[in-house]
Amino acid sequence: MQKDDVELPALGFAGTLRFIWSQLTSMRTALFLLLLLAVAAVPGSLFPQRPANPAVVTQYIKDNPTTGPWLDRFQLFDVYSSVWFSAIYLLLFISLIGCVVPRAIQHWKAMRSQPPRTPRRLSRLPEYGAMALPAGSQVTRDSAVADAARLLKRRGYRVDVRDGGTDRPSVGAERGFFKEVGNLVFHVSLIGVLISVAVGGLFGYRGQKIIVEGESFVNTLVSYDNFTPGSNFHEDRLAPYSMQLDKFEVEFDRESQTHYGQPLDFTATMTTKDSPDAEPEQQILKVNEPLSIGGTNVYLVGNGYAPVVTVRDGDGNVAYQGPVVSVPNDGAYTSTMVIKVPDAKPEQLGFVGFFLPTAVEGEDGVAVGSDPDPFNPRLYLNSYYGDLGLDEGDPKNVYVLDTSELTVLNDRKEEAGGIELGAYESAELPNGMGSITFDGLKRYVALDIDHDPGQGGALVFSTLALLGLGASLFIGRRRVWVRTGTHEDGRTMVEWGLLARGEDPRLEAESAALRKLFEKEWLAADNRPAKNDRDAVGVNES
Amino acid sequence: MPSIDETLGQYSELFILLAAMAFTVAFIAFCWDLATSSKTIRAVENRLAEERAAQKVPAAVGAGGAPAEAGSGQEVSFEMADESMDYGSERRNAARIGVAVSILATLILAAGVVSRGIAAHRVPWGNMYEFCTTGALVVALVYLVALVKKDLRFLGSFVIGLVVIMLCAAAIGFPTPVAHLVPALQSYWLIIHVSVAVIASALFTLTFAMSVLQLMQSGREARARAGQKDRLAFMRLAPSALTLENVAYRINAVAFVLWTFTLMAGAIWAEKAWGRYWGWDTKEVWTFVIWVVYAGYLHARATRGWTGTRAAWLSIVGYLCVIFNFTIVNVFFSGLHSYSGIQ
Ligand code: HEM
Repeated sequence: MQKDDVELPALGFAGTLRFIWSQLTSMRTALFLLLLLAVAAVPGSLFPQRPANPAVVTQYIKDNPTTGPWLDRFQLFDVYSSVWFSAIYLLLFISLIGCVVPRAIQHWKAMRSQPPRTPRRLSRLPEYGAMALPAGSQVTRDSAVADAARLLKRRGYRVDVRDGGTDRPSVGAERGFFKEVGNLVFHVSLIGVLISVAVGGLFGYRGQKIIVEGESFVNTLVSYDNFTPGSNFHEDRLAPYSMQLDKFEVEFDRESQTHYGQPLDFTATMTTKDSPDAEPEQQILKVNEPLSIGGTNVYLVGNGYAPVVTVRDGDGNVAYQGPVVSVPNDGAYTSTMVIKVPDAKPEQLGFVGFFLPTAVEGEDGVAVGSDPDPFNPRLYLNSYYGDLGLDEGDPKNVYVLDTSELTVLNDRKEEAGGIELGAYESAELPNGMGSITFDGLKRYVALDIDHDPGQGGALVFSTLALLGLGASLFIGRRRVWVRTGTHEDGRTMVEWGLLARGEDPRLEAESAALRKLFEKEWLAADNRPAKNDRDAVGVNES
Repeated sequence: MPSIDETLGQYSELFILLAAMAFTVAFIAFCWDLATSSKTIRAVENRLAEERAAQKVPAAVGAGGAPAEAGSGQEVSFEMADESMDYGSERRNAARIGVAVSILATLILAAGVVSRGIAAHRVPWGNMYEFCTTGALVVALVYLVALVKKDLRFLGSFVIGLVVIMLCAAAIGFPTPVAHLVPALQSYWLIIHVSVAVIASALFTLTFAMSVLQLMQSGREARARAGQKDRLAFMRLAPSALTLENVAYRINAVAFVLWTFTLMAGAIWAEKAWGRYWGWDTKEVWTFVIWVVYAGYLHARATRGWTGTRAAWLSIVGYLCVIFNFTIVNVFFSGLHSYSGIQ
């Protein structure tokens, strides 16, 4: 017998579950999970992350052949979608639901019940006040309680008059229910934010597109340079809009000595059409001012130069003509560029090199870019011939040319030297392989096109969370009790006590405010007309 | 775009240097206050104790009350400031100088910050230099405004010390001549997002100082209970650990709401500028980490066993994250937020 008492009773399956649940929803666990979440988020800032920078991750693994794969195994390059990070926040949210639901039920009941009974000794409460009304005044203990109830109600309290008709009538009052409501709204809204993010991930999509001046883009899958669909994406969700880049203007700082040439403004003028047969419309696109079209937002995320070139092949035919997008690498728009000419005959041609908008000769004879505007645009290219490897059909990065299988035509080390072209100049390739001409210059914009159906929800829920948080932290939840009685000498005695739930630095001020209210109501009233008279002339509620 | 007024920009830098010097003077005055106040208080106490001893000698001999006397002497020497943090009656000349010079320095700094804004025709918070100088101004202003209501002069050496560090960091670490903003920063969200972030950080700076003092004070209280010697006599100018904790909590609550807003406004701006409201960019990661740490702090205050010392540690860790986010992340981590103005 004795032994059985000491032993813990077997919990059983349901009991174990209940135990785990109560542990999970305890405040201590919530705190632990929160701190764990903070710690778990940190590695994502220390290691490159795949969603943002896949190429950097690949390079990182290549550079660190021993640690890289291990880091990858523990998902340190995908921290925010990793099993362990997801586990922490999912547990946190389960804990949160387990926390919020019982609290909401409890609070629902509390809101519908009467303020708690009046404590026997109000003087024991954290804030206490008392006053005596002269025997001759009109105020009796019952009318004083009624007055107090009315005043408290006007101050936002829920009131309940009790013990009327006895010799110690009192009123119980409570306010600040929105503190708890705010807390609940805050926590629930966090769940709403999480769901909105998930909706965006499921049904949204995101693509990139480069448009050169004068060219246009039609919103179909094949038109994108890059496309990342959400896991539930469907191609027929793409609205059939189109847009054309009419003009792209840039402004650089020409006044500051220290920041000369720093960009000041980028403006893209676009002609958009909501559908193939809609009226064209001209719109302005700027950094920080996206275009909204066909359920997507279009952002200006980059820009650069696209030199226009004409390449003739060994047969004398034009094998390529048009702008070539170059990738800027610094503030002077020193740009790398690659030209692939698979149509050239008899051999395919390739070019790799630089474009400088304002080329100046450096000390060592090497040209450097000195300004972002095209004051002296020049091309510096090496050329190659051979099989460019484009026919195999597997996608190749258009900004990279693998020259290892090609034969060099122009290069600084070769007899022919590298190709250097100023505006409107052309160069013959060695061995009669053809020629290249620098015909002109255009600018291009890099656009991000984004559809996120969860975005609105995230905004609404986070705004709700903010409001709830404010209510929860700054509303004081207080109780007030006022009790009256009649002294032997005929004076009416009033006493009141205040109690706060949780932290409330303004409780003292509230007590003082009540005293003022009461004094104004009862003491100053002596010299004024009787209360009923004032009621009759309607000034009471002023 | 209107052109930059470079002459005014140079005056602004001069003002800020002057302000840094004035704050250094104020800092020294506040330190002097801490050092000498304890000395003067101890002197007064010793004199009182001697007088008492002289009067009580016959009685003590008669009643054997000497040990009790020694005990109460201990208690006296562990005294703390009034819980209400109202101004006491004793004169603290060094502290008065500290406050006066701080006001002067704040005015000079305000002139520096405002003239920089005028010189650039924009809000003066667009790079690290400006974050530091504007941030220092807000910290100083918040502190001075708080001083009107409460006697927080015991915080002076901490807070003004931090202001001096911020100004030195600006002048030595991140000197940047005044210039226009790059297009990515030309948004009214810069005004909203960054200003609220700076105010929240200023409040976190105050609570950091309070939490550090709270830990020192609670150590002191523990030694008092154990009947040991008071090793941090200057802490008698600070209120009790519990009071410090409660005040820090109230300020942290305000700062947390502001930080929540900072995070949201940042997300909205990111959506406008980059087409996604959240992308776990380095800066976003750390803003989130800070938010979660302070959420942990607020939870700790409602968790049994986690109030007091542990909550204070969380407040300190949160502030260290703020500093980390502002310095290391801005300077050494690359990301979309590379606006430090440092090449
Ligand atoms: C996503 C995770 C969570 C976050 C970011 C979070 C954040 C916060 C914040 C900022 C507060 C203080 C403001 C307020 O009083 O409303 C708070 C309070 C509170 N939280 Fe959470 N919370 C989370 C999860 C939880 C969980 C899982 C629980 C339950 C175990 C919980 C229970 C509470 C309680 C009871 C309070 C009120 C504390 C008080 O009365 O001062 N929270 N929470």
